[in-house]
Amino acid sequence: MAKRFSEIFRHGLKNRSFVIGGLITLLFFLIALLSYIWTPHAVEDLSIVNKLRLPDSTYWLGTDHFGRDIFSMLIVGARNSVIVAFVAIGIGAGIGVPLGLTAAARKGWVDEVIMRFNDFTFAFPAIISAIMITAILGPGAINSIIAIGIFNIPVFARVSRGAALSIWKRDFILAARSAGKGSFKISLEHVLPNIFSMLIVQTTIQFALGILAEAGLSYLGLGTQPPAPSWGKMLNEAQTMLYLAPQLAIYPGVAIALTVLGLNLFGDGLRDVLDPKLRRNR
Amino acid sequence: MNNLKRILGGLTIAICFSLLATSAIAAKKSLTLGMVLEPPHLDPTAGAAAAIDEVVYANIFEGLTRIDRWGVVRPALAKIWKVSDDKKTYTFQLRKGVKFHDGSGFDADDVLFSLNRARGKSSTNAQKTLFKPIVKVVKKGKYTVAVTLNHVTGSFLFNMGWGDAVMVDPASAASNKSKPVGTGPFQFNRWVKGDRIEMVKNSNYWGKPVKLKKAIIKIIPDPAAATAALLAGDIDAFANFPAPEALSHLEADPRLHVAVGNTEGETILSTNNQRGPFKKLKVRQALAYAIDRQAIVDGAMFGFGKPIGTHFAPHHLAYVDLTKKFAYNPQKAKKLLAEAGYPNGFKAVIKLPPPSYARRGGEIVASQLRKVGIQLEIIPVEWAQWLDQVFKKRDYDLTIVSHTEPMDIGIYARKDYYFAYESPKFQALMDELNATVDREARFAIMGEAQRLISDDCVNGYLFQLAKLGVWNKNIRGLWENSPIQANDLTEAYWVK
Amino acid sequence: MSVFFAKRVTALVITLMLTTVVIFLVLEILPGDPASLMLGISAEADTLAALRTELGLDRPVLVRYSSWVLDLLQGNLGTSLTYDVPVSELIVERIAISLPLALMAIILSTVIAIPMGIIAASNHNRPLDFFVMSFSQLGIAIPNFWFALLLIILFSIVLRWVPAGGFAGWDAGVGPALRSLILPTIALALPQAAILARVTRSSLLDVLKEDFIRTAHAKGVSQRRALWSHALRNALIPVVTIMGLQFSFLLAGAIIIENVFYLPGLGRLIFQAVAQRDLIVVKNLVLILAATVILINFVVDVLYALIDPRLRGGENG
Repeated sequence: MAKRFSEIFRHGLKNRSFVIGGLITLLFFLIALLSYIWTPHAVEDLSIVNKLRLPDSTYWLGTDHFGRDIFSMLIVGARNSVIVAFVAIGIGAGIGVPLGLTAAARKGWVDEVIMRFNDFTFAFPAIISAIMITAILGPGAINSIIAIGIFNIPVFARVSRGAALSIWKRDFILAARSAGKGSFKISLEHVLPNIFSMLIVQTTIQFALGILAEAGLSYLGLGTQPPAPSWGKMLNEAQTMLYLAPQLAIYPGVAIALTVLGLNLFGDGLRDVLDPKLRRNR
Repeated sequence: MNNLKRILGGLTIAICFSLLATSAIAAKKSLTLGMVLEPPHLDPTAGAAAAIDEVVYANIFEGLTRIDRWGVVRPALAKIWKVSDDKKTYTFQLRKGVKFHDGSGFDADDVLFSLNRARGKSSTNAQKTLFKPIVKVVKKGKYTVAVTLNHVTGSFLFNMGWGDAVMVDPASAASNKSKPVGTGPFQFNRWVKGDRIEMVKNSNYWGKPVKLKKAIIKIIPDPAAATAALLAGDIDAFANFPAPEALSHLEADPRLHVAVGNTEGETILSTNNQRGPFKKLKVRQALAYAIDRQAIVDGAMFGFGKPIGTHFAPHHLAYVDLTKKFAYNPQKAKKLLAEAGYPNGFKAVIKLPPPSYARRGGEIVASQLRKVGIQLEIIPVEWAQWLDQVFKKRDYDLTIVSHTEPMDIGIYARKDYYFAYESPKFQALMDELNATVDREARFAIMGEAQRLISDDCVNGYLFQLAKLGVWNKNIRGLWENSPIQANDLTEAYWVK
Repeated sequence: MSVFFAKRVTALVITLMLTTVVIFLVLEILPGDPASLMLGISAEADTLAALRTELGLDRPVLVRYSSWVLDLLQGNLGTSLTYDVPVSELIVERIAISLPLALMAIILSTVIAIPMGIIAASNHNRPLDFFVMSFSQLGIAIPNFWFALLLIILFSIVLRWVPAGGFAGWDAGVGPALRSLILPTIALALPQAAILARVTRSSLLDVLKEDFIRTAHAKGVSQRRALWSHALRNALIPVVTIMGLQFSFLLAGAIIIENVFYLPGLGRLIFQAVAQRDLIVVKNLVLILAATVILINFVVDVLYALIDPRLRGGENG
């Protein structure tokens, strides 16, 4: 296993996307972790007298309309984004992958049902499910996790089903079947490990999309609630200040774009490295 | 080919000019006013929403009396009145020749109908208390009505000037919610739900005709959209502009005029006096000391708004300045909390309705309370939920809201009001006030009342909401202050 | 062929039914009392009860569900609680903004994306290709509402060419109305264009490698002609499919963009209806939107299968 890791790493270093994307992603996670130990200023500290300051030595990126340090808010916002995206992906993959594997293993009506369920969930973009869930449960980070998680289920189901189907055709699977192994065991022991790398790549991409979705939901007011900072919410508040302090709208957006870009690049690079056969026209 | 080009060019220019010209001419006689909240319906006698009055008061509906831009009671459909010696009977002489918008005439029968409908058992009037003192309404002639009260009510004529007391016609009363029929200088034209309400000039108006031919009230819920609409010229005026942060930018715009005035809106941190820690006076006092009012005004309203120390408007002659009484002192607040048995503070929930004074103000209050150990969970709610959960079911600890009815200190005497304050002493004061007519005496009682609710720390008194009016420089006649919930367009006009 | 078609239609019906059930279930337990909002705070208990009966909130669940579905099939979408207007009327009003916006966004994104994809493919691994790919990466990474804010800062606040939001209304004239839709269209279209360009490029490159292209080369057809006449046609198939699937993302994007620019379209209507607890509007509107997405996916599936017979019995879910 470790050998495989170092092998992947070596190949990766040769790949431009892998390196750049990897660095940005690493930076993002490190910053998110850092927020637990230290932030330049406490983000709950409202200090109206210091509102809307331009960047200086105390406030590295300046302050917002409540006098909160923007840099600190970005750091804590990173943490919130990670948590939401992480748990949502966890839900999506945790339910979606087994569904997809089952669909590929069982075929027949099980497959049909799962695919119908997929179709139907695709009709509900995360925004709509978030709106409906918020209507019932009220706004909050939990609801955005649920909404994004729900939308990830069909993605992972479809991807794992597609990949699993092609694995099922392989000779060694046929061998296992004739040896009497049940489909559950086959899925677990043979199919899953073989689609693992594709799943990793998909997870990276979905993580990026999850961060975008969380930002969108917080922007609309359906996600993270005050006083917890969130990149999307910062953009929403910045919009009310566009005439007074347009710079407030720049920082959170750059943070989101950079993080998502990094994750996408990393995913692309990872895909190239893990399975050259998957390499399409780069 | 050249000829063709010329013709096309000329046509284009002609079309452009005529479009420009028509819009220019239309602008002179038509006014588009922006409003944040859309009224649920248009019958001011059947609903509590301020938004209803903000559309129809003085424009479409009129009452026996009216409140003018200075908050002074003036005759309206009642030309003059006489008060009996025992001060309990008012005899109104009604104007003759007044017609409702559907053509039917206005006379004493309509007054009887309107008043009895408002105070009746099945009435859905939101301000029934205005009509409670009325014992009987008697028709003395085709244009004369006598109203008898069961006790002296000093503010009776003012009360009859409220939107909830306007005159309606029996034939159209039931459909006023969607097709309001009144006697006012403007007539209802149409209501495009979610977008705007249109009124046109009433050519059969009994009084001074209005200068505008058409008035459109456009609903713009978002503060930033309001700013955009003003700058783009989509609307001509905003009477209660919701984005104080953009005001300096608008002021700098040569086409716009900014008028900052007063409203009757006391913005308060309403406290559920029957819940947990808030039952204790010491805790409520701690709350008062923990709040820095000026910071809230600066942070939430960008400096617009005057801090208040009690539930009364500072621009009123009877106002008592109690802001220094519980001046910002977090140390004292912590001490009081410890004395009350909460040395480590406690947790509570604050529910915030949509306006930015509440959402922003709430975040600032939460931060200030955190410093003395009170951890607030912030729950944003929409107006429907606020009405349901906070106002009706009392399911809240703290909330922030602005009470915009004029002279409404009397709500502290209501049994079972949403902040659950029961003070026999205060109720006695209100009874006394109602029975007093002499101005100086009334002022003295009002002063006592203000001091009492301040001492009892019933709610956190934050600031008086300012009226932020922004309109096109060429418009005159719009109200600068809001002595009553209204957008009175009867004196508005364009100079060019 | 007819078997395939029948299968897909059945699947469509099942999905639609499932959608109605889920929507009904989810929104049945919506808390908050619509009756209170209508009557205001001083309403008496029995008046509220009367309104609840009028709205049918007291009938058993199955009855409410089936009467809802039956109404839907007859085109009756109910009456909005807050506006007291038929929901279909509201939809027609709002669609007057959402549909032009969507159409303009689709056109703009196609007009940008397809040529870019072609340029990238025909300049594979050269600077132009790299430029297009970077544009694509950026377009995917940038949140559309942030992009919208940047557009507002530049074109509304600094340059003052267009309004920063709001919709003047078609009554104010076609010119002013379209002016309000320029920035929203760009904000919606560009991120879609980024994805579309990428897909166009990769599917073109795939096709270009195909045998029949090499055959064409062998026959002496120039690379350019091969590109246009053969490759493009075949490459457009997955592109068209993606465009159909984009509808779901366009819908999500439209909700956000309509909120950023305060456009009174369908997206905002959903948002506001939920805030106002307008059960009826939310139920029916969510259903309409979901059904539209499902229908479009269905049409795309069928078209795709019609064009490419290889895909009919296949594994495409």
